[in-house]
Amino acid sequence: MNIILKTREELVLKSIEIRKDIISAIAEAGSGHTGGSLDLADIFTCLYFHILNHRPEEPNWENRDRMVLSIGHVAPVLYVTLAHAGYFPIEELKTLRKLGSRLQGHPGRDHGLPGLELSAGSLGQGLSVAVGMALANKIDKKDGYVYCILGDGELQEGSVWEAAMSAAHHKFNKLIALVDRNNCQIDGVTSDVMEIEPIIDKWKSFGWNVLSCDGHNHIEIIETFEKVKTTSDRPSVIIAKTIMGKGVRSIEGNYKWHGKAPSKEEALDFIEQIDNNG
Amino acid sequence: MDNLIIKSHRATKEGFAEGLRIAGNNPKVIGLGADITASVGMNLFAEAFPERFFSFGIAEQNCIGVASGLALSEKIPVFSTYAVFSALRTTDQIRISVCYNKLHVIIGGAHAGVSVGPDGATHQALEDIAIMRSLPNITIISPCDATQTKLAIIAAIDNMNSPMYIRYGREAVPDFTIENQNFEIGKAQTMVEGNDLTIIATGHLVWEAIIAAGKLKDKGINARVINLHTIKPIDEEAIIKAARETGIIITAEEHQIQGGMGSAVAEVVVKEYPVPMDFIGMKSSFGESGKPEELLKKYGMTSDSIYKIAIENFSRKKSDQKL
Repeated sequence: MNIILKTREELVLKSIEIRKDIISAIAEAGSGHTGGSLDLADIFTCLYFHILNHRPEEPNWENRDRMVLSIGHVAPVLYVTLAHAGYFPIEELKTLRKLGSRLQGHPGRDHGLPGLELSAGSLGQGLSVAVGMALANKIDKKDGYVYCILGDGELQEGSVWEAAMSAAHHKFNKLIALVDRNNCQIDGVTSDVMEIEPIIDKWKSFGWNVLSCDGHNHIEIIETFEKVKTTSDRPSVIIAKTIMGKGVRSIEGNYKWHGKAPSKEEALDFIEQIDNNG
Repeated sequence: MDNLIIKSHRATKEGFAEGLRIAGNNPKVIGLGADITASVGMNLFAEAFPERFFSFGIAEQNCIGVASGLALSEKIPVFSTYAVFSALRTTDQIRISVCYNKLHVIIGGAHAGVSVGPDGATHQALEDIAIMRSLPNITIISPCDATQTKLAIIAAIDNMNSPMYIRYGREAVPDFTIENQNFEIGKAQTMVEGNDLTIIATGHLVWEAIIAAGKLKDKGINARVINLHTIKPIDEEAIIKAARETGIIITAEEHQIQGGMGSAVAEVVVKEYPVPMDFIGMKSSFGESGKPEELLKKYGMTSDSIYKIAIENFSRKKSDQKL
């Protein structure tokens, strides 16, 4: 059975554990995307420990909700959350990015890790796949939801908007996208690299139901997901405001940590900061 | 192979349409349209199974992703549009969403080759085989006529469980293979027996190769003609056998020579049994507007050019033997 955490305290504690394991795994790997993985920890905790209808012991259960991670580079937050949810042993996290590991640098289903819905890493593809899953659910009259996690920089990819247009056209109301709005990408602040605002207006004009939330407030995240589920005629997108590197004060909001791994010494400091911030 | 008689002239896309209509009886089959449904032979399926045909507009990258999502949900998606779009515009989506995920997505590459004609270079796919061929996990089929295209799409849906790319054309070409032929994906067909040289062709150039073989026979040269309808995985056994038994191989395809079917054959020949080879195809140039037959002639992809190259190479083989 999946573990359901009901109180804010339980969810916060789980997010702290996830953040610490993200740091340990990336430091052990020596490379990886720290910033985005950390900032999504609260959202992933809410998804896998409260929102998703899933069975870790039966990953391919046909009536499960599907969680498509389009931004494959934040694989560490997905892997750590899946391990904590019971999909595979937490011990395996230390194989991240190593030869022969099931935990590829970007998710690769071919390597056999349970719980992966998609091999992804080239930006701009995940929402299309989620649209296909939503279409299949509609054809089969299944009740499951399809969730898709997008990055804010990823919205610069034109194919995202092809997918957005099609989801609204076909009225996939059980498709819920979430944009990790951390305002950072590799070259700098998103508004400097390529302005994506006004994000809310863009999605609205594409026919989507749009809500925003604080991506670090567990209760608000859960309530926002519950609210969008009342929409019956269109897909929904949640613009989740997050802080890159959230939990590690010394790197919070610093785009330079998008794709950087902490050294082993830094990792000890980061883990201490996460504990103190909890 | 017997019965090398032209039954009619039909576009291979008609075979695609008929085959998809038949295989479409499987309720798992889902058709995705990108605005040019009838033009690429998706229409019979769409008319017969409107509840399983979905329009996704002029957005090919999205279509490949949607197809992947369907395949990840136990469906068998079929998406076709002009090969310049279905294979070239979408290469990244095919590489990651389809091939890396090893999904049973069927991609049609319609209007392949210069024989699309007056539309000109923008719409003449001449690079799709090269690009698809370099992707892991995908199977590439390039049937020789309408009947074979029908069998190919049925086999791609019913017998396979991996990414599929099926290349076909718009212009009417000789339809000469029979319904109950022995068609097996991955298994080349010997259309004409012969031991003096081998012509390996794909697509509608197989018929041109058969005509060329007839003319060669008049000159006393017995050419073997192989229909390499599956370009990947390639039938190494048939190629090695041809190299060993005939000592010279000429390839013919309506595609760039660089990276195409001929290159795939050469990779086998060079490694396993080196013999002289020559290649018929586009010589690294774009096509242009014109009638299909005019373009095929101008760019040297007719029975006459196959014959000419074969004669040149046969004398090369003989002079090599004298050394």
